[in-house]
Amino acid sequence: MSHAAMLPPAVAVLVALLVVLGAVLALIGSVGLLRLKTFYARVHPPTMGTTLGLGLTLIASMILFSVLESRLVLHEIVIAVFMVVTTPVTFMLLVRAALHRDGVEDKDPAVRRK
Amino acid sequence: MSLTLLNAALVMAQVLLALAMTCAMLRLMHGPRAQDRVLALDTLYVDAMLLMLTFGMREASTVYFEAALVIGMLGFVSTAALAKFLMRGEVIE
Repeated sequence: MSHAAMLPPAVAVLVALLVVLGAVLALIGSVGLLRLKTFYARVHPPTMGTTLGLGLTLIASMILFSVLESRLVLHEIVIAVFMVVTTPVTFMLLVRAALHRDGVEDKDPAVRRK
Repeated sequence: MSLTLLNAALVMAQVLLALAMTCAMLRLMHGPRAQDRVLALDTLYVDAMLLMLTFGMREASTVYFEAALVIGMLGFVSTAALAKFLMRGEVIE
């Protein structure tokens, strides 16, 4: 917050809204991870944080740095592309490993487990 | 005025992300099986990455951006390696 004093109020409100919304979505995802009952249900909520939560925070960061440095700052797109590519890959690997483990232990994956 | 608003929003976002990390940490501590713990670790690093980005916006510096990028890459590799380990029992065969 060095030279942010000349930040226009509209930009500040927009960035504040986007940042808080992104953090709320990440929190919802983590609470879902804590509260849901089976592993296969728990895989879904963290993707809220990795898609919309991360996306909104990165958009807010791009807007803020573009206004502060009065040029187009787009290097946050690197993180966005990277997460969009890697998240499905990791979760696919993880769920296949979990299915394999359940199959080895001869358990029904749909069984409700605490 | 806009400065205080933005600063308050960023502090609030950081508190929310810290709560999210606490939830993931609880699941990491008493997730019943190994795959739950790996999933919680994945969520934990994504939340840490968002926290790094909000720190960078508060300080108006791009150093935190690079830290977030490194966290993302190491998190991807570690989750993939752990999933491979759960599948096969060893990472490199």
